[in-house]
Amino acid sequence: MIGVLALQGDYEAHARAIVRAGGEACEVRTAEELQAVDGLIIPGGESTTMLKLLDRENLFEPLRAFGNAKPVFGTCAGAILLAREVSNPKQNSLGLVDIAVERNAYGRQLDSRVTSIEGENLGAMEAVFIRAPIIRRAGAGVKVIASYNGDPVLVEQGRHLVATFHPELSSDNLVHKYFLDKVAAQ
Amino acid sequence: MILNDEFRLKIGLAEMLKGGVIMDVTNPEQAQIAERAGACAVMALERVPSDIRKEGGVARMSPIRMMRGIMDSVSIPVMAKARIGHFMEARVLEALKVDYIDESEVLTPADEDNHIDKRGFRVPFVCGAKNLGEALRRISEGAAMIRTKGEAGSGNIVEAVRHMRTIQREMKQLTVLPHDELYAEAKRHQAPIELVEYVAQNGKLPVPNFSAGGVATPADAALMMAMGAETVFVGSGIFKSNDPERFAKAIVKATTYWKDPAKVLEACDEVGVSEPMRGLDTSKLPEEELMANRGW
Repeated sequence: MIGVLALQGDYEAHARAIVRAGGEACEVRTAEELQAVDGLIIPGGESTTMLKLLDRENLFEPLRAFGNAKPVFGTCAGAILLAREVSNPKQNSLGLVDIAVERNAYGRQLDSRVTSIEGENLGAMEAVFIRAPIIRRAGAGVKVIASYNGDPVLVEQGRHLVATFHPELSSDNLVHKYFLDKVAAQ
Repeated sequence: MILNDEFRLKIGLAEMLKGGVIMDVTNPEQAQIAERAGACAVMALERVPSDIRKEGGVARMSPIRMMRGIMDSVSIPVMAKARIGHFMEARVLEALKVDYIDESEVLTPADEDNHIDKRGFRVPFVCGAKNLGEALRRISEGAAMIRTKGEAGSGNIVEAVRHMRTIQREMKQLTVLPHDELYAEAKRHQAPIELVEYVAQNGKLPVPNFSAGGVATPADAALMMAMGAETVFVGSGIFKSNDPERFAKAIVKATTYWKDPAKVLEACDEVGVSEPMRGLDTSKLPEEELMANRGW
């Protein structure tokens, strides 16, 4: 069972993508619900909103503990929450993946875009960027699966997966299938 | 329905705002309070609706200097209101690079017959609706997000409930009709047949459906989520309460946890003895003062 962190954002789109990719999904809003899942998706949305709720609802440490044992997949705001360092502005994060990200790095909504990228062993896929962050640094233990304009946009470190775009808004399901495989391999 | 990449990006940002609270702000200080409280976006406008109602006069797009100040002071998306039909205010807001434009009945309409032709813009639009026909007409003009109108600045949830129930009921009704009755339904709703067919097949709008107009308490916000809103706009409800920060935080919590009454209780309790905005009995308002009746 894949949990989707449902504090705010496009968690329903992720749950649908997991089902399309052949998995099962449920919404996670509490530490108890987190205990029942094998992998977690942190969706797109506003990272500041999610951070405030994680903090106020005492979910920050349970989430970090979950990530120390089980796979987490973060997209866009989720990527920001998983990163070790966050800039523009500087903010707190879970630090589960050794990357530095800059928020809203392409600009505002008018700079959002749909494009095509090539994933290593995944092939061509659509990438929807919405007020997306850019990964400015990827640590030695981080594997880059796909890049766009020279910046990594899909990376993994151990059991965790990070996308700065929104695979949940595309219909190819490639990235969600890849995450399901990572969860199954645990 | 044109589902090209540009329209998908417009809907895409609306997807990212789901399950959150969008707060009306009139200056950078309020925008920062909203962001700190956990707003997923802010809506910039000249005056909050209850002040527009009280002070009268023509309500217009927010001054550019104020809007720049708001855009520079927060990292969350900034939306801004333009008058109904005032495509030039909208062009200015697009050039300013706001993230979303609300073609809003809260401002004084600039055109009593025509809404903005929103398809010609790259910036996404949200529009208000009282019923399904109005929602579908706005979508056919290019709106990428619909919000129920409610009655802005009233602090009274009754109109938001009426509009959400109406839209949900009209959508459900379409799903059980045979296809040959949809043409007459399109005529009745005064909406394009393609969009009527979409709703009949999917039981929902082709764009996200949010709620606005009258939310004043955490329980109001949770109520609208339970009735099918995917996100809640709060206008005067925050900055016309006597403790905006506290109300803002509590409304964010109630919106996220609307499925769990114990959590909504916590949110209501967090408000303490602070008072929500004073509400208006909308049934006593003269017809010409109802903002929801602006637009068609």
